[in-house]
Amino acid sequence: MKQAGIIIEAEHGQVKETSLGVITLAAKTADFLTALVMDGITHEITEQLAEYGIHTIVDLSLPEAPAIRLNPAVRATAVVQAARELNLDRVLGLSSPEGKDLLPRVAALLDAPLVMDCVDVDLNTGLAKTSQYSGKVMAQIQLTGETLVFGVRPNAVPPEPRPVPAKTVVMTENKAVPENITLLSWDNGDSEGRPSLVEADIIIAGGRGLKNKDNFSLIIDCAEKLNAAPGASRVAVDEGWVPYALQVGQTGEKVSPQVYIACGISGSIQHFAGMKTAKMIIAVNKDENAAIMANCDYQVSGDLFDILPEIMKQL
Amino acid sequence: MQIYVCVKHVPDSAANIHIVDNLKIDESVPFLLNPYDEHAVTEAAALKNQVPGSEIIAVCLGKKDAESTVRSALAMGADRGVLVETEKTCDSMATARALHAAIVRDGPADLILTGKESIDNEGMQTQFRIGALFDFPVVTNAVSLAIKNGKATVTCELAGGRTRTFDLTLPCVIGAGRGLNTPIYPTFPDVVKSRKKPIETITLSELNVPAAPGSTKIVAMTPLVQKRHPQKITGSPLAQAAEIIRILRQEAKVLS
Repeated sequence: MKQAGIIIEAEHGQVKETSLGVITLAAKTADFLTALVMDGITHEITEQLAEYGIHTIVDLSLPEAPAIRLNPAVRATAVVQAARELNLDRVLGLSSPEGKDLLPRVAALLDAPLVMDCVDVDLNTGLAKTSQYSGKVMAQIQLTGETLVFGVRPNAVPPEPRPVPAKTVVMTENKAVPENITLLSWDNGDSEGRPSLVEADIIIAGGRGLKNKDNFSLIIDCAEKLNAAPGASRVAVDEGWVPYALQVGQTGEKVSPQVYIACGISGSIQHFAGMKTAKMIIAVNKDENAAIMANCDYQVSGDLFDILPEIMKQL
Repeated sequence: MQIYVCVKHVPDSAANIHIVDNLKIDESVPFLLNPYDEHAVTEAAALKNQVPGSEIIAVCLGKKDAESTVRSALAMGADRGVLVETEKTCDSMATARALHAAIVRDGPADLILTGKESIDNEGMQTQFRIGALFDFPVVTNAVSLAIKNGKATVTCELAGGRTRTFDLTLPCVIGAGRGLNTPIYPTFPDVVKSRKKPIETITLSELNVPAAPGSTKIVAMTPLVQKRHPQKITGSPLAQAAEIIRILRQEAKVLS
């Protein structure tokens, strides 16, 4: 029997949709699912986890103090201790911003193979599917070893309910902070309340066509109206109009939203590398010959400065 | 300060990738220094300016032609290079072991820099494995770095503008992110000078690297092509906006 441990990400006392998607993916091939919860368990979290197929909910009971609780070394050690104690031979989590820091730490401590950003996994055979070469290639990767670790791309799998009775276990091992890595401070930026780029259902992104920093506020405002995440092409970042955190592409975030609205973005191969797995692409561009206009689902030939304000007006 | 920078020889991001035998890529495309590693080398060069007497060693695992990538790192400011040559395709567990062994063989490290990921395998993990093998602390996606009093103060980005700032005791491993600096673009004299800098080539078998307890192996590859058939949304901006909203509501069902 494969014992799969799933690192749960929660926000505002609820399990993230993307984490529920990881449970659904794991349930396809694992017999027994354990949820590893780091930041406290609420009644709602317990109900959600049972509703989506978790058999055992493990409260890793990290210390309250944020400097300890948010220290990635402390978090990774807690996951590794739980994996060892509970004999979890498969560990899964999200390839989210947090997951990109946590899962490789866990894999390194377990000295176990890891594939990040999987769009599919088979926990019985140890096969994973992920993109490589800047999103140009889909690779099937065979993992071998006693314990296998998988990072799952957010939004790769839609969550499906699969109710089971769940029990809760509390782990109380020593959560000592390592002496060689101290978390001094943390800043949640100005993105509070806004969906994160990698997890958003809708992304509205701007590029060279925005022309300057001031104009980029149109993308931000439109994102707010659509409850979307704002994104940007490399040009917009290199020009200093927006921070790097918003960049979508090969050297930015790789995203898989339901809808990607590309405004004034020509669609370089490097940009496509970051967003080609969007379920739907809507391109708004004055230039009908822009590469993105031939590689989208809906092409809107027109001036974004006319169309975006109109969208905001009509919402 | 002895600064090791781990660099990787990767296909040019703009290259068209063709798959051979459903298993590997046609390697007759230009290969370059991994873009994130450019930030690592640039940061090492900046630290060397701050701490005179420091030495920067670019370490690379790859085929013979990876020497050109080590040479690029030398042109950007590394003092010398170590190429661990192998014809094998190594996963991150084997790569980390080889880089660890090469650094141990070369000398004591005060700081190890890498890119936050490579743009070919996109594994995002070699830096953590190197850290675990040395028992050094690790952070990744660093966007600022200062070394003072035997400590590295590093700010890392989590996305969405969220950051975490850490103190790491030296020696440590840091994965460079794109926000860390603007890469050095070497001048012609830098390139000429780099030709005279030494690169030591050792074979992977010479290093006697112990086998890892697990592995990842590519068993199939297919081109990731998503053929889309664009439909035009025409009319006035008002009509186009209305149609976009209709699509978001009724087709994509992402708006209520």
